[in-house]
Order: sequence, then C-alpha cells, then structure tokens
Amino acid sequence: MPETRPAVQLEHISRHYQMGETYVRAVDDVSFSVAPGEYLALLGSSGSGKSTLLNLMAGLDRPTSGSILANGRNLAELCPLELARYRRDTIGMIFQSFNLLPRMTLEENIELPLRLAEVERSERPGRVREALDRVRLTHRIGHRPAELSGGEQQRVAIARALVNRPKILLADEPTGNLDSATGETILALLRELQAHLGMTIVMVTHERPLAERFADRLATMGDGKLLSLANSTQGAMQ
Amino acid sequence: MKPQDLTGLAVRNLREAMLRNALTTLGVAVGVASLVAMLSLGVGLQQLASKRLSQSGLFDTILVTPKNNFRMGRPQREVASENTPPRPLDEDARHEMEKLPNVLEVYPQIRFYTEVRFDNKPYSTVVAGMPESSQNSGAFDGMQGHFFTTSTADEAILQIEFAKDLSTNPPSLIGQDLILRYAERQALPAPASDSSGDGGDKSGGFSVVPKELHLKIIGIVETEPAAGYGGVGNARLLIPLATASTLRAAQVNDLREIVRGSNANKTVYGSLSVRAKKPSQVEALEASIKNLGFNAFSLLDASKSLRTFFSVFDLLLGIFGSLALAVATLGIVNTLVMAILERRREIGVLKALGAADSDVQQLFFVEAGVMGVLGGIFGVGFGWMLGRAISFGTNVYLQRQNLNPIELSSVPWWLVILALIFAVVVSLLAGLYPASRAAKLNPVDALRYE
Repeated sequence: MPETRPAVQLEHISRHYQMGETYVRAVDDVSFSVAPGEYLALLGSSGSGKSTLLNLMAGLDRPTSGSILANGRNLAELCPLELARYRRDTIGMIFQSFNLLPRMTLEENIELPLRLAEVERSERPGRVREALDRVRLTHRIGHRPAELSGGEQQRVAIARALVNRPKILLADEPTGNLDSATGETILALLRELQAHLGMTIVMVTHERPLAERFADRLATMGDGKLLSLANSTQGAMQ
Repeated sequence: MKPQDLTGLAVRNLREAMLRNALTTLGVAVGVASLVAMLSLGVGLQQLASKRLSQSGLFDTILVTPKNNFRMGRPQREVASENTPPRPLDEDARHEMEKLPNVLEVYPQIRFYTEVRFDNKPYSTVVAGMPESSQNSGAFDGMQGHFFTTSTADEAILQIEFAKDLSTNPPSLIGQDLILRYAERQALPAPASDSSGDGGDKSGGFSVVPKELHLKIIGIVETEPAAGYGGVGNARLLIPLATASTLRAAQVNDLREIVRGSNANKTVYGSLSVRAKKPSQVEALEASIKNLGFNAFSLLDASKSLRTFFSVFDLLLGIFGSLALAVATLGIVNTLVMAILERRREIGVLKALGAADSDVQQLFFVEAGVMGVLGGIFGVGFGWMLGRAISFGTNVYLQRQNLNPIELSSVPWWLVILALIFAVVVSLLAGLYPASRAAKLNPVDALRYE
C-alpha cells in the first residue's frame, strides 16, 4: 500500500527573531506539505525566508510557532537529541558551499554520517562505494575535496547526504557556487537519484528556469510568506 | 558515536593542527614532569631517610631495661605503685622475649671500657659487641676491609678516628693484630655464713681478673653503627657480639646486680635490644614487653613525626609541581577554544549530518583527554629523567666532597599511575568549558560562519 501521509507537512509555521532593534519575521505563517517522492523547489529572492524554512524542515532550527510534521512527528516538540536523530536518520542535506571537511578524503567525508549513525565498521566501505557509485566518483575515493572541481565536490556532498539512505533530501542552493552547465548536471543527478531511490527532495534555489526544468512543484517565498505554490509543468513531465 | 570512532576522529583532528596541539601537549608534559620530578625527589628523600633510619634500628628497635626503683635520680612512680620486685634482665628473660610474636632478634648491649695495646702502646677506648644483623645497618657500607667472617671470630673493626690514633695510615692496620685488655668477671663461691637462707641461688660476689685477647683488625668503618640506642659512650672498637659475650667482661651494671643479690654466675644484662620485624609492630611489642615486667622504650613517636613531616613535605612539593600543570591546563583551554573558532563550520556540518550535542561535546572532551594522556606519558618520562639528572648532579657533587653517592629520586609505580590519572583528569577539566561551548553552538549560525 503506497504511503499517503505527506513526507513533510508545515502548518502555520513562523520563525521570528530579534536582530538588534529589528524584529525579523523570517518565516511568517507558512503552510504547505510535500508528498513522499516529490521534488519541490523553494524559490525566492535573497532574504525571502526560503533557507530559514529549509533549516526548519531539517530540524536545525525551531519554529517560533506552528508545527512541522515529518515522519509523523512534530519537529517543534522534539528534544535536541531527538532532532539530532531525525537529522541523522531521515534527512540528507547538501549546501551551496558543499561543506565537505577539507582535511578528510572523500571516503572519510562520506563515512562521517555512518560513524554518527554507529553503522558497523564492516558495512561502511560498501555503503561508501555505493554512494560514490551513484554520483560516479568511485575513482576519486582517496582524494581530498580540494583536489576536486566544484561540481565534483557537490557530487561528493550528494553522496554523503545519500549514504545513510535518507527519506528526505534537503538542498540549499546546490547550484549556487557552480557554473550553469555544472549546475544543470547536478540537478539532473538529483532528479535521477530521486527517480531511482524514491526520495523526497526539497531544494532552495533562486534560479527559476532550472527549478522549472527539474522540480515537480515550485513554492515561491517573499518576505517570509508563501506567495505561491504551483506545479512545474516541465519538471512534472520528466 | 562509538568510542573507537570518537577517538579516531579526535586523534585525526589533533593531527591536523599538529604544531599547536604538540606544543599544548608539551605544556602538559612539562607540567607533569615538574610534578613527577618534585614528588620523585620527595619520595626519594623519604625512602633515603626511612632506609637509613630503619637500617640503623632506630624505628624497629625497643630498648629493654630492668625496672629500677630509681631512674635518673628520680623514683619511678609506676614501680613504686606496683610494689613488685624488679625482674633481672637475664637469659631467661631474653628467651622469653625471643618467643614474643613479631620479634626479629633480641641481643644484649655489651659495651665496656678497655685498654688496647697496639705496637706496644696503650690506648683507652670503649668496645662494643655487634650483632650479625648490624652488617645490614648501612654503617658498614663502603667500609675498608670486610665484616666479621664468623659470629665468634676474634676479629675487630676499628672506627676511623680510633684507627687514626693507632696509625697515620689507617688502611695499613688491616691484617694486623692488637691486644684487648679487659676485666673478666669471675664468680666467687657463696660464703658459708650467709644468713639469708636462700644462698643456693646466690654467689658470694665476683672477682675481677685482668685478661687479654688477641684480635685481628679486619676493617675500618667511618661511623659507629648505632645498632639501636641506649649504648654507653661511643664505641671505637667493634667485635662480634658472641665473642664479646664469651669474654664475660665486667659491665657497668655488675656492681648494682651484685648488691641486689643476683647470682654472679648468671649473666645479667644492663639492657637488651629487641628488634621487631616491622616498625609498625613496635607499639604492640613494646606493650608485651612491659607486661613481662620490664621497662621498654622506643622511638615510635619520632617515627610518626618523620612520616608526618614527609607527608607535608610531599604535599608542598606536589603543590609546587602542580603549578606548572595548572599553567598547562590554561594551554589546553586556549587550544580547544581556538579549535572551536576554527572548526565552527565543521561543528555545524557535524550537527547537520546528525551529530548530537553530546557527540560534539565528547569529541572535544576526547581531544583534551588524548592531549592529557600523551602529555602524561611524556611528562612521566621527562620527570623521571629530570629526577635522574638532579640525582646525578647531586652525586657528582657528593663524590667531589668524598661522600658516598645517594639515590635522591625515586619514581615508584604509584607515582606513575597517579601522574597519568592527574594529567588526564586535569586535561578533561580543562576541556570541560570548550567542549560544552562547542556542543551549544547553534548549527545554523555555525554553518553560516565563514
């Protein structure tokens, strides 16, 4: 029986904070849900609140009000340890600046989530190779991030995000530091992985054309509010 | 995270900032070294003092004397109240004491004034009988010649000052003979008119007969072995105790005993030395001897005072040694706080990948602990070497002063373990603040950090 419960469901989510004398409403009463296996793009200009919303979905930040249901649990009510477990077991994250640890080899970088998840040592090399296979970088396993191009580094970051077999992949401007051609390759790879693994992807981007091409739905943010939520005709057709 | 993964990651992190972490670890090592060196000197001095004093018999020996009605010119209150006749300190009493538990040996103090003839010249001196156990007292260490060949040999060891009186070249005396002239005590038969009625056990006193004994000089010793305490005068001529007792030389207490009516045929000692197997058994043994009806005296309080002194001395050395370690802990705090600033983004990534606050805290804690363990290991090594160096320097100085070398520093196993534990505990305490600060980092802020 196919899963009908949303992968992530946001209900009247707000994230406000004080910055100096200014009260910032980074996310203001946003509600929507993401279906399992869906590829959602969060669009908006800088400061529109899309990254804050992604951090809330990742359990890296807590909402001021509202609830975020993921895996049937309200993230707003989880204790710090449960949130860490949620990030470890349910979420995979990729970032604009890749955030690979420069001192570690690709293998060690990708193994890091497995260490945190206390996966048996004997099982780890196979899982690392499998993840690297998916991003077609097995031959660079012993290299360090600095020896790779930007696109390759982002592929390694994707492999690291995938290695714990998460249900939800959250991408924060994954093409922001890449040229357009490489950016396209990365988004194509994400789409391919989503199709193969049936993951839910939520991607923050400000590149609408790319989002139109690869995502299933586009959520547009402005001043912390959800301005629109529409199907992407191109992405949905792929 | 599993402990081995945590440790692996911590060691890896430490290796990345190799120079800084090595210098911090070196700081810990210097701190531990200073602590170990200080305490090793304290322990060494304590062992040296304890060894010398226990070898001298001061702390494991009880001086036993008969209960007198008068002592140092004042009446003894306890005897007066008991109103019991004093027991003679004779062979029976000696055997009785030998049978008491934890007794190592019982030997009499035999010392007497004598005239020595050497090279046809007379010399007055005091002779002392040395028990065989005195060989291990330390006083004969480094002596010229050797100790008595047997316990009944007609051999003599000279105290260096006496040897200098005999010859301008003391070592040349070894192998030569000297004549000991002493007063032998010979018992007289009891007079028939003895009216006491118990004359069967009493003699008629004793006569003093001059005698001579040829002794071979076999050694020269620097200082007189104390062999306990309570001896009369400084003995400058030492002979085996068994030889001394067969001489039946007149003792200072003989007159008192004959007046008291003791049997002159029986040997009555002025005092006996009872040695316990361990200094800790002295107190109980002293009480047992008092129960037998004798006076007993030991330097128990002095021994306790010595232990108290060294405890305080060690504590002070430990405090001074710890100061360097305290400075080293500041180094650890500084290094780890710097590491947090540098690795802020990395902490954010770890948290984004699912690391709990406790994982991050433990990671920094283990890093502090690893620095502590390594610093501790190197520190113990450095401390040991420092102690050896001080010991070596001292011995070079002592040898230049024509003094015997001493073992000044000592690193017992408990000090090694204590120093390692101390280094790790102090390092972990130093890691407490940075680790908790790293754990509390907001992941969103940390990821944004450039």
